[in-house]
Amino acid sequence: MSAAGLIAASLLVPAAGAAGIALAGRWPNLRESVTLVTAVTLLGCVLGLLPSVLDGGRPQLFVLEMLPGIALGFRVEPLGMLFALVASGLWIVNSVYSIGYMRGNDEEHQTRFYVCFALALAATMGIAFSANLLTLFLFYEMLTLVTWPLVTHHGDAEARAGGRTYLGVLLGTSILLLLPAMIATWSVAGTLEFLPGGLLRDAGLSNAALGGLLALYMFGIGKAALMPVHRWLPAAMVAPTPVSALLHAVAVVKAGVFTVVKVIVYVFGVETLAEVRAADWLPVVAGFTILAASVVALRSNNLKRRLAYSTVSQLSYVVLAAAVLVPISIAAAAFHIAAHALGKITLFFAAGAIYTAAHKTEVSQLDGIGRRMPWTMAAFTVGALSLIGIPPCVGFVSKWLMLQGVFAAELWSVAGVLLASTVLNAAYFLPIVYVAFFKAPNGELHGEAPLPMVIALTATAVGTVALFFLPELPLALARSVAGL
Amino acid sequence: MTLAHLPALVVVVPLLAAPLVVLVRRAAAAWAIATAACAFSFAAAILLSAEVAAHGPMSYHLGNWPPPWGIEYRVDALSAFVLVLVSGIGTASALYAWRSAAAELSRDQLYLYYVMHCLCVAGLLGMTVTGDAFNLFVFMEIASLSSYVLIALGRDRRALLAAYQYLILGTIGATFYVIGVGLLYLATGTLNIADLAERLPQTASTRAVLAALAFITVGVSLKLALFPLHFWLPNAYAYAPSAVTALLAATATKVSVYVLLRFYFGVFGLRLVTETLPMAEILLVLSLIAIVTASLVALWQENLKRLFAYSSVAQIGYITLGVSMASPDGLTAAVVHLFNHGITKGALFLLLGGVALRAGGATMGSVQGLGRRMPLTSLAIVIAGLSLIGVPGTAGFVSKWYLVLGAIEAGRWWLAGFVVATSLIAVAYVWRFVEAAYLSEPGPATPGRGEAPAAMLAPALALAAACVFFGLQTSWTVGSARRAAELLLGGVP
Repeated sequence: MSAAGLIAASLLVPAAGAAGIALAGRWPNLRESVTLVTAVTLLGCVLGLLPSVLDGGRPQLFVLEMLPGIALGFRVEPLGMLFALVASGLWIVNSVYSIGYMRGNDEEHQTRFYVCFALALAATMGIAFSANLLTLFLFYEMLTLVTWPLVTHHGDAEARAGGRTYLGVLLGTSILLLLPAMIATWSVAGTLEFLPGGLLRDAGLSNAALGGLLALYMFGIGKAALMPVHRWLPAAMVAPTPVSALLHAVAVVKAGVFTVVKVIVYVFGVETLAEVRAADWLPVVAGFTILAASVVALRSNNLKRRLAYSTVSQLSYVVLAAAVLVPISIAAAAFHIAAHALGKITLFFAAGAIYTAAHKTEVSQLDGIGRRMPWTMAAFTVGALSLIGIPPCVGFVSKWLMLQGVFAAELWSVAGVLLASTVLNAAYFLPIVYVAFFKAPNGELHGEAPLPMVIALTATAVGTVALFFLPELPLALARSVAGL
Repeated sequence: MTLAHLPALVVVVPLLAAPLVVLVRRAAAAWAIATAACAFSFAAAILLSAEVAAHGPMSYHLGNWPPPWGIEYRVDALSAFVLVLVSGIGTASALYAWRSAAAELSRDQLYLYYVMHCLCVAGLLGMTVTGDAFNLFVFMEIASLSSYVLIALGRDRRALLAAYQYLILGTIGATFYVIGVGLLYLATGTLNIADLAERLPQTASTRAVLAALAFITVGVSLKLALFPLHFWLPNAYAYAPSAVTALLAATATKVSVYVLLRFYFGVFGLRLVTETLPMAEILLVLSLIAIVTASLVALWQENLKRLFAYSSVAQIGYITLGVSMASPDGLTAAVVHLFNHGITKGALFLLLGGVALRAGGATMGSVQGLGRRMPLTSLAIVIAGLSLIGVPGTAGFVSKWYLVLGAIEAGRWWLAGFVVATSLIAVAYVWRFVEAAYLSEPGPATPGRGEAPAAMLAPALALAAACVFFGLQTSWTVGSARRAAELLLGGVP
């Protein structure tokens, strides 16, 4: 298939899969088969694009003109490739996990669940491959809308409230800040195409205007969860755990930081921002978010809430790394998108497995659970070590790259933030590991969660370690984003 | 040869269809004639739009009397664009009425309904195509009188009161308009719009001209429901038959905006409107108030037709806001939103009519759990609702884009912020429906499982699909609006 055909297929396959899932709704086994086949096909399409991107090619697809002078179009560059690979690859694992979780918990409306999931992946591919800001914005909003039914899946008062916060913050920030920022960019630059070096490079904006515009973008991209626009992420935890795992640890939040990196690299341009120092405030906000969210995570007894705040903090690692504005830190930001995805999805898988097998949601209930669910808690430990940044887990690699960037830019305060947050990460993850394995179990007897879930969480844990030893592919893509 | 006569035929065919319907009387034949006449006008409007885009404006002299003595029909980028909207919605509404009007009206009233439908569409098309200020008044009265009757045909007894309210205010509006035209005639001695524009700058009696501007502004503002002259609208929309609500919401106010544009930019001219009198500022302030207050009032409505009626008042505020900018982007936004909001509201009211038919009324109570009972209708309402909010990929987004662009290009950041902030209120009222339809269990008022009849669902879904189509394929809408804006700004010094 031609490159353009593969791009089209990456969007159409999950969309067609959604239709197939809806049609097969009455036969659960067939329906889940459709999901799995769709997920594998999607990964195949994305992998088909990989060789040419690695060779420096930029496959394109122009669909139509959405507004005069602005296309609905796609262009695959390394960062989008990396994001698409992570999302589509983990969708397969997550689908296996979902089958175990949704059946194990007797969830209702399973067809709607799988349909929305497939549509969310279609939107994610649209974001990853978009050639300009308007296309990205189109799929960005679509992702918010199709994940809303997943967040409110249970339909009770809590889900309704969570759904309102979710939609309110995400739609609110994007309409209120991101849209005007985009229109202003169009107004001054006359283009919205992502350009190497930044499309605003020659627009002749003053430093203050650049700084203001950057602020509109950074807070307008609510999915990146910079404080104070992070509230939607903990609110989204009312969703079933597979949603939290793939969407609110991978697809949706990574769409946010992906957009942040994309805007910094291709809209403003790293060199422009570094020259005029318009982004000097950004490390402060990101650093504050990292530390504050870590403190909140430390004080959260609910496991999913702790993981959610950990995600808020880890997302700001990406923003912080991008805001350091040296090539190696840009590569670190890109690499961390993949590294955090693997670690965090493992942790969520484990949390969902604990809920399914033992019906436990609070950290304080986890005494001795590692003896009853050794596979699950072993995987949890791997995920936790990766997020803290301890070898042999992939999280270490991204932290290493970040520190290289910090030393290159000589930003010692940022190094301090990274150090402090490492300590905080350890402080909120390691006690869980400790009580799970070294305290005596209590309560009713139970074993591991259903087999598909155990398979899935083991797979991502193995991946977390494997990527430490074999980081070449994501590293090559990440370095290529930074032009290294 | 026929193409040259189309500017007249587009109006004359539905106009003549009306007496024909009276003669045949039988409901099925009446429906067929009315639908065919509207469909003819729709096809003619599309042809005219293509012709104008290719070869520039067309002028048609009725009875071969040359203007300014005879009546001139004039089709340019702006009027062709509005013609397509009016005739398209007229056709959709006529198709829809086959089942909808049959369910809501008694059998012996049905042919009257189609008579009035034809007259209303003919009147609105006539207002759009005519190049003569007094002829415009005649068509305005045809459209208004027929719409009073159409509203009064509503099943609810309160429809009579609503029609009466509209009759009083609409008549005042039309009277103000004709007084304004009379003053212009006094000052210039002509009624031809193009001729008026040429002679006005040389006229000595500026005071009469200013009075004419004031009278026409107030008169037309009443018809287009500009805040605070909108009080007739929510009741009229809420109690009229479903097909009528969709027709009026999508076209009547829009044609009035068109008249306002024609007079402000095509007759009085930018200098008179914005410099001699502060009309831009007045329009701006009224638009802002309309947007905020009507959106907030919409938020608290239990009756969905009333909810979206108030939303119409707010959306008209966005259109007049674009007009008040008097810049290429502002006018593009106004013209394109006229169309985009027309199809969006048309879709919404047609869909709500289906709900009302199945549930006996479209209230928040009757849409609880609607997502499971009428899945297609619910989904289409959500899509049209997203267009109302202005989510990218829908028609509403295109309008908002140009409105915000116009504000930013003019350096008015606060106005850009205002536009995007108020669209969040639309999120709130659209999401009230979404939560009721998808998160609530079906209540006692919710209809049983099953969609509206296909004859009603098809035109409604077609309009909902158009909301998405014109959100992605904008070359015709934005292209027409952009040419119309250039025409309006370039026409008069």
